[in-house]
Amino acid sequence: MTDPILEVEDITLRFGGVTAIRNVAFHVNPGELFSIIGPNGAGKTSIFNTISQVYRPQEGDIRWKGSSIMGTRPDNVAALGIARTFQNIELFPQMTVVDNLLTGRHVRMTQSWFDGMIWRGKAKAEEMANRRRVEDIIDFLEIQEWRKHPVALLPYGFQKRVELGRALAMEPELLLLDEPVAGMNLEETEDMARFILDIRRELGISMIMVEHDMGLVMDIADRIMVLDFGEKIAEGTPEEVQKDPNVIAAYLGSSDVHAD
Amino acid sequence: MYKRPNLYTSYESETQILPTWTQKALMAFFIIQLFLLPFSIPVLNDDIPGLSWLPLIGDGIPLFRFLGDGEWIRASTKVLMLIVAAHGLNLLSGVAGQVSLGHAFFMGVGACTATYLGSASGSTTWGHSLPIWVWLPGAGIAAALIGIFVSPVAVKLRGLYLAIVTLGLVFLGIHLGNTSWGAKIAGPPALGRKAPELDIRLWKEEDPLINMSDDGRWLWFDIAEEGKRYLLYLVLAIGFTLLAKNLIRTRTGRAWQAIRDRDIAAEVMGIAEFRYKVQAFAISSFFAGVAGALFVGLSGQTLATDFGLFLSVEFIAILLIGGAGTTSGAIVGAFLIYMMPQFVEEATKWLSDQESGVTGVVGDTILTEGDDLGFINTSTVTPGWTLSVFDWNIVLFGVLIIVFLIFEPLGMYGIWVKIRNYWKRWPFSY
Ligand SMILES: Nc1ncnc2c1ncn2[C@@H]1O[C@H](COP(=O)(O)OP(=O)(O)OP(=O)(O)O)[C@@H](O)[C@H]1O
Ligand SMILES: [Mg+2]
Repeated sequence: MTDPILEVEDITLRFGGVTAIRNVAFHVNPGELFSIIGPNGAGKTSIFNTISQVYRPQEGDIRWKGSSIMGTRPDNVAALGIARTFQNIELFPQMTVVDNLLTGRHVRMTQSWFDGMIWRGKAKAEEMANRRRVEDIIDFLEIQEWRKHPVALLPYGFQKRVELGRALAMEPELLLLDEPVAGMNLEETEDMARFILDIRRELGISMIMVEHDMGLVMDIADRIMVLDFGEKIAEGTPEEVQKDPNVIAAYLGSSDVHAD
Repeated sequence: MYKRPNLYTSYESETQILPTWTQKALMAFFIIQLFLLPFSIPVLNDDIPGLSWLPLIGDGIPLFRFLGDGEWIRASTKVLMLIVAAHGLNLLSGVAGQVSLGHAFFMGVGACTATYLGSASGSTTWGHSLPIWVWLPGAGIAAALIGIFVSPVAVKLRGLYLAIVTLGLVFLGIHLGNTSWGAKIAGPPALGRKAPELDIRLWKEEDPLINMSDDGRWLWFDIAEEGKRYLLYLVLAIGFTLLAKNLIRTRTGRAWQAIRDRDIAAEVMGIAEFRYKVQAFAISSFFAGVAGALFVGLSGQTLATDFGLFLSVEFIAILLIGGAGTTSGAIVGAFLIYMMPQFVEEATKWLSDQESGVTGVVGDTILTEGDDLGFINTSTVTPGWTLSVFDWNIVLFGVLIIVFLIFEPLGMYGIWVKIRNYWKRWPFSY
């Protein structure tokens, strides 16, 4: 058994009087697709924000490959190999698709401002090489025709894809997906599910997926953690979680469940 | 949606600034023209023998006759200086999204540094008489260092707060210029303060390598002192345009745009927000410092009051009207904002000289010497209730800013994109 890539140990996150996360612990193994589910306001997005250190939990510890990342700046967390998509698309709207993806390559590039400013040797070669990598991602996500458009002009479903592409461009070891199929129709959802499975199969990237679409979660997740009011109420394989009485109670009457 | 096919054979050709041969040829032609402008070349500027009966071509080619003229070459030189400064503010405000009203302050820092390093010392003034290759980069570096010095405060602020704090810098700068130390660097020529010389020297030798301060002959043609300075500024403006363009299209420029568009997402993507904001301030201030040095190199005097609020606002207008975030926008904006008042003035003069015909009637109607009805007061002695050309220019300036803000936030660049897309799609109207 290999060591977990990410370990979250009893974290608590408070906003003033509101406790968004209370004593939550979990871990993600290499290559695993771990899913976090729970009703609205359960604290799922907050967990992502603590992992990328946008929020600092008051208690607990988060370890990446064995060493604590508590207090690390978000950009340094990204450089470790943790990439992320957002619940409400956070692309750079005025930039083109290509430029958004190239921005994802930022952590994998080394040129200084001076190299770029004089457009010589290193910077030029690096821009070309990364442009080629970005083109691979464009092909993979089937967004060729949107390449040169500012992302603000793209339909919602394609924006979601570009955001996934931007995270992939970082060549992460762990990918955090916050509701990747929210607001999508059946066809778009199937496309996205295919991309997620391909990423896992071909690139072997570990993932944490927050999602309200129970059908999707039960289909593709290896393990699931269920949150309610900031607390962990269950964890296990899809079968185990579906049978868990706590989960059934928490979701009873909730409109979020479209489990089949 | 209609779209031009991507016929590029490699990313290298795709990332070129001017991808097609037609674009390259047109640009080369245009730049050669700009370089020929200040030379007194008979066929271009003067009578073409045997063709004098042709109304326009007869006295040389119009562009050369007008812009190559003494007064206009000075105006063109000023535009080139403004372009360097506008690129600087564009990188900070247009690309990195940090709206700064302090650009004039950093230009002032550059102007004072250039004067301190490059001018002669005297009984009431400090100076080191160093050559241009010291004082010009020195002006940029000094401004950049001060930019780095203030940026930790500036980086913490956003939007309106940042604008107000940087505005404070402008007033601070003018105040410092009026202190007794400031007066040893900046002051009117009447008090013995001269701007640095543009002559290109190795060090302080008597005869410069390239004489920039007298009329002379370059290559095969006569060129005036003003023409020489124009050429120097042209080379610098082209150079700084390329630097700005390169910054925008590479890693640093993308990081700035990412911070401008969404700062938190940018950080989560691995962009060190603090570092990149400080870099934006430093590089923008470097451009401003160099432009400030060029400013005094052109005006011949170093006055703190030249670097006041109005200059800062002028640059905001340049970005708004040209199109913030694009290199071409900074160039077009600088040209329009500076040349427009000049053209209005020229047109008024021309109109007031018309005695008869339609233009004479139009001139009679809208011009006034202050004693009858009319919109524009051309009299220098009788102040009427109507506004002078100068006042009208300020009004026009304000109206343009408002119109662009409301109707075309992308400036002239946005208008150009619309026209281009229209022609690309023509005859289809969708
Ligand atoms: N920046 C913040 N300031 C104050 N409270 C916050 C902040 N961010 C989140 N919260 C609170 O923390 C709790 C958890 O929010 P979070 O966004 O993590 O929920 P979620 O599980 O992602 O919900 P959803 O399914 O709606 O996305 C909520 O009560 C929310 O109001
Ligand atoms: Mg959420």
